[in-house]
Amino acid sequence: MGLELYLNLLSQPCRAVYIFAKKNNIAFEFKFIDLSTGQQFSEEFGKVNALRLVPAIKDGDFTLGESVAILKYLACKYQAPDHWYPADLQKRARVDEYLAWQHATIRYQGSRIFMFRSLLPALTGKPIPKDRMDEALEDLRKSIQIFEDKFLQDKPYIAGEKVSLADLVALVELMQPLSTGIDPLEGRPKLIEWRERVKGDVGKELFDEAHEKMMKSKDFANALDLNSPTVQQLAQKLQKKYK
Amino acid sequence: MGLELYLDLLSQPCRAVYIFAKKNNIVFEFKFIDLLAGQQFSEEFGKVNALRLVPAIKDGDFTLGESVAILKYLAFKYQAPDHWYPADLQKRARVDEYLAWQHTTIRYQAARIFKFRSLLPALTGKPIPKDRMDEALEDLRKSIQIFEDKFLQDKPLSTGFDPLEGRPKLIEWRERVKGDVGKELFDEAHEKVMKNKEFLKALDRNSPTMQKLAQKQQKIYK
Repeated sequence: MGLELYLNLLSQPCRAVYIFAKKNNIAFEFKFIDLSTGQQFSEEFGKVNALRLVPAIKDGDFTLGESVAILKYLACKYQAPDHWYPADLQKRARVDEYLAWQHATIRYQGSRIFMFRSLLPALTGKPIPKDRMDEALEDLRKSIQIFEDKFLQDKPYIAGEKVSLADLVALVELMQPLSTGIDPLEGRPKLIEWRERVKGDVGKELFDEAHEKMMKSKDFANALDLNSPTVQQLAQKLQKKYK
Repeated sequence: MGLELYLDLLSQPCRAVYIFAKKNNIVFEFKFIDLLAGQQFSEEFGKVNALRLVPAIKDGDFTLGESVAILKYLAFKYQAPDHWYPADLQKRARVDEYLAWQHTTIRYQAARIFKFRSLLPALTGKPIPKDRMDEALEDLRKSIQIFEDKFLQDKPLSTGFDPLEGRPKLIEWRERVKGDVGKELFDEAHEKVMKNKEFLKALDRNSPTMQKLAQKQQKIYK
């Protein structure tokens, strides 16, 4: 049994893992975890990731969660080209620095825009109040400003001259608000150029394929059964997490 | 000019960097950044870390923030014993997995207990409402349960509240890790935070710096 990737491409970190694996011709079996039916709570998936989160991988007997850990594992094991996770100590540190910082900032705030504009209204039947929406947009805006000023600066990529895991992880997160009709990079030509550059590096076809489901997320949100206990439980969890 | 570590030992990630560097006999200059005096906003520190966060390091011309990135950098550069960040792919992945997961869970939730029980009441003069406090304690409790069940499994505390109380396995783990880094070093690193009541009493709540701090903290730790 080879490498298995447990994924749902609605999820940003799943897309990073998917794109990275495909771009680097890593052979794997795609194991779809349907978050809208609560498949992450199945007994089978519990053996892969007790945290009940995607992405997760199973490589023989070895299981692993957390996209940042998975990406590094795959990069090392399958000997991806050095630029993805450079051996040079200082370049690597720049990648690590972004990957650490982004958890509580871009990751959380980009997700919150998606939750506030798409998923939560679909789940609850109610829009998010304007003041909370404005605050969420402002928080994301501030983090994107930091991304531009401190992490990218005038370099083509976060680590310098070449694309790395940091750019991939950043970009999939910044794509999430797009599915709700908002471009978080609007008015920022330098970041829009960076986005096109990274898309080109992974391959536009692969990138678009990975984002297809997310871009059509309105369809899937409308198809949810609001009365199912699973969906209601999901709504509660998300409302708590994305205040 | 050698390695400089910009730290305030009130901060958990600062303590991790400090303990790791001292334990591994890494030579450094301790550059104190007094968070409660707003020193992180100084022009000088801005050149070290534009994010205005500690810990941060300066190694020649190279600057770096984020404790997880710093710890890995130091482990490699100073060739710390393998067990700190194993070369074995799967063991390393287990370390990476915890380091990634903890940012938005244990790190945030334990910090929130400190803010809710100590810092915010000192800054605002008001206690945190019981329902928010209970929610914060419950969130931390859930994460500690996950830590025990998933991360530690069967393999081997400032505000007067011990989050590991009633969990003998985790208490044993805590003692084990303390022993590995060295009890004296560990206690030294934690001295400031354990005495936080004293210096929090001395805060000038009315100063603009402290008021700004209170606002920021209240927004982060809802």
